[in-house]
Amino acid sequence: MAKIDIDHVFKTYAGGAQAVRDVSISIRDGEFIVLVGPSGCGKSTLLRMVAGLEEISAGEVRIGGRLVNNVEPAERDIAMVFQNYALYPHMSVRQNLAYGLKNRGTPKPEIEARVAEAARMLELEPYLDRKPRALSGGQRQRVAMGRAIVRHPAAFLFDEPLSNLDAKLRVTMRGEIKRLQRRLGTTSLYVTHDQLEAMTLADRLVVLNKGEIEQIGTPLEIYHEPASTFVASFIGSPAMNLLQGRSTENGFAIGPDLWRLATGPLDDAAITIGFRPEDVTFTRDMRAGPEFLLDYVEELGAQKLVHGTVGGQAVSATATAEFQPQESMRLTVPEHRIFLFSTATGKRLRTPITPMQPAGDFSPVKA
Amino acid sequence: MKRAQFSSSLLPYLFLAPQLAVIFIFFYWPSAEAIRSSFFLEDPFGFGSTFVGFQNYIDTLTSPEYLGIAAFTALFTVLVTFFSLAAGLLLAVKADKVIRGSSAYKTLLISVYAIAPPVAGLIGMMFFDQHIGPFVRLAALFGWEMKVGLNYWDTTFAMVFVAVWKQIPYNFIFFLSGLQSIPASVLEAAVIDCRNGLRRFWTVLAPLLTPTAFFLLIINFTYALFDTFGVIDVMVKDKAANNPITLTYKVYMDGFRGNDLGGSSAQSVILMVVVLVLTVFQFRFLERRVHYG
Repeated sequence: MAKIDIDHVFKTYAGGAQAVRDVSISIRDGEFIVLVGPSGCGKSTLLRMVAGLEEISAGEVRIGGRLVNNVEPAERDIAMVFQNYALYPHMSVRQNLAYGLKNRGTPKPEIEARVAEAARMLELEPYLDRKPRALSGGQRQRVAMGRAIVRHPAAFLFDEPLSNLDAKLRVTMRGEIKRLQRRLGTTSLYVTHDQLEAMTLADRLVVLNKGEIEQIGTPLEIYHEPASTFVASFIGSPAMNLLQGRSTENGFAIGPDLWRLATGPLDDAAITIGFRPEDVTFTRDMRAGPEFLLDYVEELGAQKLVHGTVGGQAVSATATAEFQPQESMRLTVPEHRIFLFSTATGKRLRTPITPMQPAGDFSPVKA
Repeated sequence: MKRAQFSSSLLPYLFLAPQLAVIFIFFYWPSAEAIRSSFFLEDPFGFGSTFVGFQNYIDTLTSPEYLGIAAFTALFTVLVTFFSLAAGLLLAVKADKVIRGSSAYKTLLISVYAIAPPVAGLIGMMFFDQHIGPFVRLAALFGWEMKVGLNYWDTTFAMVFVAVWKQIPYNFIFFLSGLQSIPASVLEAAVIDCRNGLRRFWTVLAPLLTPTAFFLLIINFTYALFDTFGVIDVMVKDKAANNPITLTYKVYMDGFRGNDLGGSSAQSVILMVVVLVLTVFQFRFLERRVHYG
């Protein structure tokens, strides 16, 4: 168990392509950190640099305070769980679990005790003498986890460990990983592109985009206070609605519609308005927000997803199962649930929004 | 599983016929002919033959010359198989790590395989030539006066050397493709689990290469026994008598140079039985240690 410090780390490939740019994360002892981002965002590269499978071009990585830039992967005191499990196909489950310990000269009784302990924890006891090819995907995943657990390492590194499993098993294994990590208290770095996995597992999330950190925070911080349009659109399902508009005296012009919101004058005229689908309510009150034109409805059982357009831009909203959508409705969102972003930089604008007092005519105003 | 049904029971045999014909004409028929003639003493000029029973076998197996050649063949086969497998594996492991210019490197290594055995023997001969051979000069630097074609062991060395050199590319290709079929993440997991590279090789890489290695062992073994004929022929033909030859070459010498068809047939039957026994042995006892993925 140890803290991990990633300090101004870069990965530059021959030819100048940069996969990771100036990333600094300090991971506390026992913390579960999830690196999340779309494919090609550098999350796996970063993980592999911590593991020692990829060279660090610039910057420093410290595990438990020890600089590991030039330390062999086997000596970094980390264990890694791979996406395709990477089990040794010629070894039995028992041998797979014992291999890392054997190479470190662990005494035999100790190896047996640790293998037995991991097997019990992961319910692998009936399969110890099987070869990996005789196991199901979920069992193989468990063996991969077991191989990491028996080592009692300073940190677990997970490289998309659940993406080869089917949806149902993924949910089960997700819970199991969380439970094990809580129980063992081992510092963990977990890479995924699945935002739901990231939200449910993480103590803190690191959202990466094009090799750079967009935002670090707890899942709820990231969900409720996204720092940029990228984070806003990536975290949360269905994704946050982002409407491009202009700031005017009376509110925001979205296409031909005016959304009356008081923010005070903004320096940046071109802004993006963000709000989550679950914060939308519909009304027939003409004096409420902008006009929503219905496109189609997706039934999810417990609720429905209503898709449509506002000012020609796509908007989706969740509604109760009983809700009867109309062809044209008015859309309202509580002001404190509306986010403003600069369209140019994508960064969040920290402008408090105060509700505008209704005054006069609120019918659509041509902007 | 559903069994395919043919409307006529003859049809499947018709489909099999070409393959069966090839095997029959080029393997069973000559084999049967060899077995038949091994029991006869053939007149060298083709004026008839006399049945002599097992006399050809007895003559062959009690001849000290034959036993000496058999011993040499065993040594030669073991050396050629071992060194060509080892060199092929070493080159493949190294080539697998090359990133820049790897295709040029691989092509260069593979291209040797395109050389016909007699040509390889000829090139080898030139390397070991008494007057212009660079290897002979190299050996002279270390005080080794190499006389290929005159000195028994010098010739052995040259023969093994050329035979190995010829076979390396073949082993290289198979080992390389074997290496590349091992998932990178398994090797990475091993890097995290084991710091010692050599230990990693023997505990992870080598076991995963056993199917390739087992296949190559059988192929190389047959190569050393039979396909080295061209190399040996170029090396020892028209040379002084006391040169090493293998059993296969002796079959040819006795049959076509010595015109002793009966004795030559007996020898080839013995060779056939030996290879059969060894191959069965390999499959029975070595294949157990092979891990098929």
